[in-house]
Amino acid sequence: MHNWGVCTSCDHHFPVGPRERIAQLADGGEWTELWGELRASDPLRFTDLQPYVERVERAEASGMAEAIVTAELSLRGVPSVAAVMDFGFLGGSMGSVVGEKFARAAGRSAEKGRPLIVVTASGGARMQEGVIALMQMAKTVVAVENLREARAPLIVVLAHPTTGGVWASFASLGDFTYAEPGALIAFSGPRVIEQTTREKLPPDFGLAEAQLHNGQVDAVVDRRELPARIGHVLGILDRPRGFDPPPAIQWAHQSRERASRAAQALPGLPRRLADRLRPNSDRRAP
Amino acid sequence: MSVVRRGRFTRKITAKISPDRSDGDDVWDVIQLARHQDRPYPLDYVQRLMTDFEEIHGDRLLSDDPALVCGVGRYHGRPVAVIGHQKGRDTNERTFRNFGMPSPEGYRKGMRLMELAAKFDLDLITLIDTPGAYPGAGAEERGQGGAIARSMQAMLRLPVPTVAVVIGEGSSGGALALGVADRVVMLENTTYSVISPEGGSAILWRDAGRARDAAAAFRPTAANCYRWGVADAVVPEPPGGAHEDADEAARLLDTYLDRTLSELRRLTDAERRTRRRERFRRMGVYREVPPEGGAAIASGRAGRSASSPNDHPAQGKRDPSS
Repeated sequence: MHNWGVCTSCDHHFPVGPRERIAQLADGGEWTELWGELRASDPLRFTDLQPYVERVERAEASGMAEAIVTAELSLRGVPSVAAVMDFGFLGGSMGSVVGEKFARAAGRSAEKGRPLIVVTASGGARMQEGVIALMQMAKTVVAVENLREARAPLIVVLAHPTTGGVWASFASLGDFTYAEPGALIAFSGPRVIEQTTREKLPPDFGLAEAQLHNGQVDAVVDRRELPARIGHVLGILDRPRGFDPPPAIQWAHQSRERASRAAQALPGLPRRLADRLRPNSDRRAP
Repeated sequence: MSVVRRGRFTRKITAKISPDRSDGDDVWDVIQLARHQDRPYPLDYVQRLMTDFEEIHGDRLLSDDPALVCGVGRYHGRPVAVIGHQKGRDTNERTFRNFGMPSPEGYRKGMRLMELAAKFDLDLITLIDTPGAYPGAGAEERGQGGAIARSMQAMLRLPVPTVAVVIGEGSSGGALALGVADRVVMLENTTYSVISPEGGSAILWRDAGRARDAAAAFRPTAANCYRWGVADAVVPEPPGGAHEDADEAARLLDTYLDRTLSELRRLTDAERRTRRRERFRRMGVYREVPPEGGAAIASGRAGRSASSPNDHPAQGKRDPSS
């Protein structure tokens, strides 16, 4: 996609599909999709203006599998797991498949000690799965707890829009939370609020920039800078039991220097340990 | 015999009240009962079930939220912590209580109480009855989404026994924020849903007047939630509904609560935490289609060129190993 889906003159961030997004995060590297075989079910035999099964079939026919794509990739040299939502699939709504794939992605992260990179774009819980969709909120919070115990980083990128049950569950629980410029981030969207409370909302209500001011996100980050920004924070975090250290990109000269110093200091060090003695890992050195 | 536990008796109750018909009238009746203005609210149960009660106020950050009542009390001699959505009974009180719609401060007060529960080893009882968390600009600015998420997180971390009771309407994340417990139980004439029927009608039918249709589609009654595994038990109400006889409703709930808390007490902290997580980890219904059954498993190489502009999975490389 040209310029990563960002307008070249006004920097407007257009929606970007999940696989395109993963490719951007992998920055030209390899990535492998995981659990693409999971498909929506219709536990309530739900019909509103049209049956839920038909909505799902139509969405699947256009080539999408579900509202989230999970993958393993390498982000700036850091082996990571990604879970990227797709607003194009039923409004990115979170039903059982989104909950399960998120939980599995978090499980993979926890088990391998790898960062989980989440990109959200969702209208919230999937109405058509009723209370079972609501329960997915709790399920994703369980998954976040597992990540916490494994000390695996959770990086959340909030794309437009992130609302409802997704914002009120895992999207709010990132260790580091970045928002794309202009993304709407809210539990209740502007229309719901105006209808319910008849409040007059400011034009920037719920937008990323306002939410930064409100203290709800750590930074508003241009899409083209996301991989570098995430890579940067993962580089800083690269500590004790967390995850494999990223090979130093910016600090290559220091790396060689320190490695040779370490090798001199500790001759006959097992190779695996010597590998640990990379830049960013020196505090761990014996 | 009034204890309803997962088992033969519960199924009998479920069959008796099961509104699985397609017209949705039964569902609508349950919704009306769940919202009946004379239904007992949390403080009514506290008054009947506890010998002492000390309410706490304020989140120590901004203000106190009267929509959520939080406090400690004695229940069958044991000290317990209680959090409940409190609706008002008359217009003044309803306005004061904000119709039982909590603000972020309410959930933060709840988390304060959860900390007390952990510190003093108090069983936690939550009483759920809300149309949803308050949808307001101020609530959004002060982090409504994060407050709900963190309330769930706090409940998952609690070492003590926790029981969530839906005593009226349990709608959306505003209800679930108090619902991540060891046992989730619903009174007979209550609902638990992803959204209120009015909200669902506005979103799915683009017409606020189709609430009955939305209710018939969501079928959020206690009996159905029990079938779906969302509720562990259904506690019977007095004939006609809890509003007919609050004392009897409290007595019926008491029998279930006392017994369940004793059961949960027999587990260790770690067992409770693990089982609580597993309970919610299991939630969900989905299909797994084999890769050769037409579903392409995309496997990308070298992003921009190989990954298709349309994000079509079939255009990605198939990975035979997955």
